[in-house]
Amino acid sequence: MKRRDFLKHSIFAIAGAGVPLSALQLVDPKELFAARPELRWIFLVDTYKCVGCGFCVKACKTENDTPYDANVTRTWVERYVMTQEGKTYADSPKGARDGFTTSKIDLGRGNYREIKEGEIEQGFFVPKLCNQCDNPPCVQVCPVGATYKAPDGVVLVDRKWCIGCGYCIMGCPYGVRFFHPEHHVAEKCNFCYHRIHQGMKTACVDACPYGARRIGNLRDPDDPVTRVVMTQRVGVLKDEFGTKPQAFYIGLNREVR
Amino acid sequence: MKSHVWRPLWVFLAIVAVILLARVFLVPEDFGVHETGYMYGWYREGNVQEWKDPQPKYLGAVYCAECHEEKTTGRDASPHGAIQCENCHGPALGHPDDPPALAIDRSRELCLRCHAWLPYPTSGRMAIPGIDPQSHNPGEECSSCHDPHHPNLEEM
Amino acid sequence: MVHGELWTVKEFFVLPNEYIYWSIQIVMYPFMTGLVAGAFVLSSLYHVFGVKQLREIARFALVFSFALLPVAMMPLMLHLQQPLRGINVLLTPHFTSAIAAFGIVFMTYGSIVAAELWFVYRRHFVETVNELRARPVRGTGENLRLRLFALLSLGAMDLSEEALAKDHKAVTLLAGIGIPVACFLHGYAGFIFGSVKANALWMTPLMPVIFIMSAVVSGIALCILCYIVTMELRKILARRRKASPGAPTAEELKGVETHEVRLTSRYLLLFMVFALTLELLDIIFRGYTAEKSWDILREVIYGLDFTKIFILQYGVGNLLPFFLFLLPGLTVRRAALASILVIYGVFMMRWNVVIGGQAFSLTFSGFMHYHLPIIPHDWETFREGLAGALLVMATPFALFWGLNKIFPVFLQEEGH
Repeated sequence: MKRRDFLKHSIFAIAGAGVPLSALQLVDPKELFAARPELRWIFLVDTYKCVGCGFCVKACKTENDTPYDANVTRTWVERYVMTQEGKTYADSPKGARDGFTTSKIDLGRGNYREIKEGEIEQGFFVPKLCNQCDNPPCVQVCPVGATYKAPDGVVLVDRKWCIGCGYCIMGCPYGVRFFHPEHHVAEKCNFCYHRIHQGMKTACVDACPYGARRIGNLRDPDDPVTRVVMTQRVGVLKDEFGTKPQAFYIGLNREVR
Repeated sequence: MKSHVWRPLWVFLAIVAVILLARVFLVPEDFGVHETGYMYGWYREGNVQEWKDPQPKYLGAVYCAECHEEKTTGRDASPHGAIQCENCHGPALGHPDDPPALAIDRSRELCLRCHAWLPYPTSGRMAIPGIDPQSHNPGEECSSCHDPHHPNLEEM
Repeated sequence: MVHGELWTVKEFFVLPNEYIYWSIQIVMYPFMTGLVAGAFVLSSLYHVFGVKQLREIARFALVFSFALLPVAMMPLMLHLQQPLRGINVLLTPHFTSAIAAFGIVFMTYGSIVAAELWFVYRRHFVETVNELRARPVRGTGENLRLRLFALLSLGAMDLSEEALAKDHKAVTLLAGIGIPVACFLHGYAGFIFGSVKANALWMTPLMPVIFIMSAVVSGIALCILCYIVTMELRKILARRRKASPGAPTAEELKGVETHEVRLTSRYLLLFMVFALTLELLDIIFRGYTAEKSWDILREVIYGLDFTKIFILQYGVGNLLPFFLFLLPGLTVRRAALASILVIYGVFMMRWNVVIGGQAFSLTFSGFMHYHLPIIPHDWETFREGLAGALLVMATPFALFWGLNKIFPVFLQEEGH
């Protein structure tokens, strides 16, 4: 074959191959839906309103069958106290399952720190839960495809397929994952998936008497939670990791971890 | 290909073939790449429904009010109106069939969740009337003096 | 108790779900795969680069490498919360995860070592089969041996010069391919840690390279050590029996041994320099750039783990054997001691990375202290305790003893 013929044929072949391949790109409806689904769950936490009662933790454990006495929890509340000296003390006794009923800060190993009322400049509570990230590093590192991002944005764990290697637990920058003490697989908050898909709110959102926790749909422009996220100065946790977390916070300060 | 040097390769390929065959039987049909792409969407699709299936345990104050109106009306007008009944009484589950009665928790610890005084400026905690658990009637049940469904400090 | 709670003591502000989830077995895993990779690289130095003087130890290294392979699986099976589902990594691998690479790399590497072993020992298999077939009467043990070796020969009974030359070529090729695969096997183990952005101590692009270098170091040191031990045993046997024609005397063995050990230790020193340079670079860089995590990392590296890192790992495990090897007139006994220290140093490196990375909380304001379970009193304290670690350490030697019956490491007559 002459060189010219060869080049001509190659160019036609490549151009020709380009057509069906590009058609595949345009016409795949599943990917279109995934790019802009009508439903994308987000969470809003108001740390000014949280009083540290811990009813959310209690409700979550009960609703989702996390053994009550086990020292793991799908959601928890942290306490931050800033003193006049410029020091910050933080704790989360049993994840705030029993609330915060003493002003003594739990330092671990049986030690406590009493802080006098006059010394306190700031004190507040920060509820935490899975951020259902848009770029979840926990999903990226799962070796078997046992954890995944559902089309509505919630990150779920397949209890029947998880091998329990713990890579997802190590991969989460927020510490929301743990091994379920009875199922022996990875576990974490899933936005009470069974409740939200039956038109209810998550157990923690319902349990909170002060409205510190709210859940909404980012794709619904009229959703009140979406309105807050779009119009107010909300923050997220550890955004330097590039995880694109979808739990938004009002009232974070520089000390919140 | 006649040479004996290829024999170990055949053994290796046979092992690979066995694994690929095993996949057909051991991997569920609906396992694959789904809407969210390969990195985030490599999973067994049937699992999504498995997470939607469970029955909710907490049913909400509106459900309780259907029968227990006398408890909810007085409470609703007070600051305790914001608290779900089930926060203190536990989840409704199948009540009134199963369980026929919910627990009544009279412990101090329950009330101290909100009412143990904590001096935290900028937190909503300071807006709640609170006491020092060590000095305010230690060991007593709060409900022996305060009515949780109709909390009113002036009427005491 | 939840998994990890038993051996974790939290101090200051640690998140409720944080425990030391990756404990002793995850320290053992890169340690064992490192020995595999190192042993193989040593064997390849002879087969590929033709360093003739390493012939004796090369064969040894290859068989030992094969004995270590199944043991590499053990720590993982003991660690997994669902070990029976371990096969899922081969069935539905998620290749965005470094652990998923495990299935492919492990199988490839195992196949290469197995294939290389086959080519090296094919002549031995065929000769054994021919010899056993020639016997008119055979016992049950001999019949079994005949069956096994006939199977292992894969029917390739040709022992002509061309056939053996083909074997030789195949070995060279496989050893050559095997080096990058061995590097990949252990490099990906380093990538498992280095790519975890959530962990401030692990996250560095240097991690895969550090792991490869220290893996080669540990592999070479182990081979030196086992070679010495095996040679000592041979010397004892040689002294006991009357000199049979062809078998080396104790004196001859001694000469070979010292020479091999001295040469191999040069390579060991080279890789030790690489490994140490990279590790120090990592620490210096972290201190220099002083990112958000530096305060807590400094507390861990220079405070809590100072003894483990600088005294035990760098001091006893690196510097001391370095000088022991370098001092003139290296004796076999000194080399054995130094090799033991090097292996210990590499183990401490794995410990300081795995456990050290979990010594601080994600909050950067708390610590987690690891208490290795010593006495096992249930399955959990056995599999993730000292007993489990010792089991993993001892198994390759047991396997090696068994493998030596099929792939004898000391053959007088051989093609190459």
